[in-house]
Amino acid sequence: MSTLIVVLPFIPAAVAALIAAFGWNLTTAWCAPAACWSVGGVGMVLAVRVLDEGPVNAFGGQLRVDALSALMIIFIGVVGSVSAVYGVAYIRTELGNGATTSRRAKLYGVLMQLTIAAMLVVVVADNLGVLWVAIETTTIATVLLVGHRRDRTSVEASWKYLVLGSVGVATALLGTVLVYFVARHSGIDASSALRWSSLVDKAHGLDPGAFRVAIGFVVVGYGTKAGLAPVHSWIPDAYSQAPAPAAALMAGVLSAMSMYALLRLKVLADITLGPGFVRTLLIVAALLSLLAAASLMATQRDYKRLLAYSSVEHMGLVALAAAIGSPLAISAALLHLIGHGLAKSVAFCSSGELLFVTGTTRIDGVRGLLHRRPFIGAMFGLSWLALLAVPPFSIFASELAIVRSGIADRLVWAIAIAVVLLLVIFGSVVVHGLDMLTGGGHSADDSSLIAHAGSVTAGLALVGGLVIAAAVGVTIWPFSRLLHTAAEVLAR
Amino acid sequence: MSETTFVQLLDLAAGLVLVISFASLWLRRLVTVTRMIAIQGVALAAVAAVIGFYEHESELVAVAVLVCVLRAYVLPALIRRAVLAGSEHREVESIINVPASLLAASALTLVAYAATRDVVALSSAPQVRAIPLGVSVVLIGMLMIVTRRKAVLQMMGVLMIDNGIALVMFLGTSGVPLVIELGVASDVLLAVFILQVLTNRIRNKFGDTDLDQLRALRD
Repeated sequence: MSTLIVVLPFIPAAVAALIAAFGWNLTTAWCAPAACWSVGGVGMVLAVRVLDEGPVNAFGGQLRVDALSALMIIFIGVVGSVSAVYGVAYIRTELGNGATTSRRAKLYGVLMQLTIAAMLVVVVADNLGVLWVAIETTTIATVLLVGHRRDRTSVEASWKYLVLGSVGVATALLGTVLVYFVARHSGIDASSALRWSSLVDKAHGLDPGAFRVAIGFVVVGYGTKAGLAPVHSWIPDAYSQAPAPAAALMAGVLSAMSMYALLRLKVLADITLGPGFVRTLLIVAALLSLLAAASLMATQRDYKRLLAYSSVEHMGLVALAAAIGSPLAISAALLHLIGHGLAKSVAFCSSGELLFVTGTTRIDGVRGLLHRRPFIGAMFGLSWLALLAVPPFSIFASELAIVRSGIADRLVWAIAIAVVLLLVIFGSVVVHGLDMLTGGGHSADDSSLIAHAGSVTAGLALVGGLVIAAAVGVTIWPFSRLLHTAAEVLAR
Repeated sequence: MSETTFVQLLDLAAGLVLVISFASLWLRRLVTVTRMIAIQGVALAAVAAVIGFYEHESELVAVAVLVCVLRAYVLPALIRRAVLAGSEHREVESIINVPASLLAASALTLVAYAATRDVVALSSAPQVRAIPLGVSVVLIGMLMIVTRRKAVLQMMGVLMIDNGIALVMFLGTSGVPLVIELGVASDVLLAVFILQVLTNRIRNKFGDTDLDQLRALRD
């Protein structure tokens, strides 16, 4: 079983090597989704084992899979496959219309797989240093993905992303180094001073004053990487300039990795410092994120940036749930990451199709989409409904649970502010969405559309993602025990 | 090495790392600032070497050599190439003037000392007393990124932040486990390499690396 953990990151890494060796063709392209499906399968095998017999260690204790890690592995596999399948269709179209070259397509394939491999290391790492190295690796790989188009705006976006990302991740590193320092000075030996599982056992013996400094840096650092306000300005640039499937992977899966790291370190902080410190930081970040999203979504003129700000909103909600910290709230946070990952992946992928059809990312450049391109319009609209917490999609269930647990936890004022801001966001998205989907206007005839034959592959990715998102919303029955055990790891 | 000599050498080297951060805010020519970053790398390696010799840890001395090669030669050389390639403006351009920069940096140094009071209290070792210096360097690096418009200067800011973190690592822990340090070093190398690729791309697209022109993406 421990071999399986070590092998796991090598599945996407092997596909990356395959694409690097043979280039991007039909066979290697389909290896990418296959890698995601295998990762999901391995995740389920590990989940069964972990639920029966407890956490599994590997690689001399540097790696460890508990229920939370198993859940995140399945999450990466399932949500990652939406962007992987859509990527096959997307790159085929780009190669067809000359927007990209076979060399860049190859680079795209390699980087996407390396990002997934690094994310798998993030969720199986027990050593906080290994976790940091893996998160930094995802930053480096995705910077080049953002610059995929190599035009003026994408270079600008990747520059801003790299500089702010480096600063954020460096702050997290400083925090991690200080965690190690505090642990060593509290009598924990060098081999286990960075291991999360042993720190959990010994966290009550750590010096609270010094540990507070360390955790402060870590929360600010990983919060920046997750796209929480006040350092969220890179998000709209990076997500809107990255190719659609890469944006789907970054917004849907990668942002969840930093939240995962935050949740893990919050456990340590809560034992050493009591729940107050991290809770305060997270509530401030959560409400600022919702505020930033609400104010910038109302006046937004670009539909990809609109989607990006919706990510700031949802990461804020997850941070709010983490701040509440009860078992119900933590389950809701994990469910929210899953629901948001699926819906946001479909939304970004359909925005890719939308861009192919209309040639513009401006909201006022798209009118009457449901009438002119019913399928793309329906997919884009449905993914927005999922993001706006309309049932049956799972975000409805998780937002309801966050509100309930917040009220139970006497955080009524924070919940009240959050709900008001969510209503503002709901309103502005509905206004923008109705314009795009049903609005008439200057270009209601078909002549302004670029001929783009939507492919079965793209349709498969979009419909599949939405079906899973709805299914998770109706019942998480096969995974409910895994979700609750994972939440127990974090809420104690 | 006696304890007094050790403390003096350590304070000298660690102090130098911080003083160089101030100097790179003060100097006007890009090439000189690049040289400062290289000297900061040497001072950083000296910190590691002094601790390594004093505590008879040969591993740390080896790390010091590695740090010297990487941070005093390889990374500054990459930046230097980026600086020399852009011939138009060799001067630092900042959104705040030099006295204000230095004042802000002094304030950040105070903040670093205040924030790490509890960390320093954990031990009376001379290394630990110098940890706030490292945190100050990190904060000054961030100041440099926020206030400087040129892409190469932001690149140097990132490097300065990493130098500060490395200083905290050496002082606080006599080095985090070697494997992780190597992972960190290779990531830094890769990040600076990518930064350089991007700077070149920016220059090809915009003619210069002035970030003032990077204004296409706004709300």
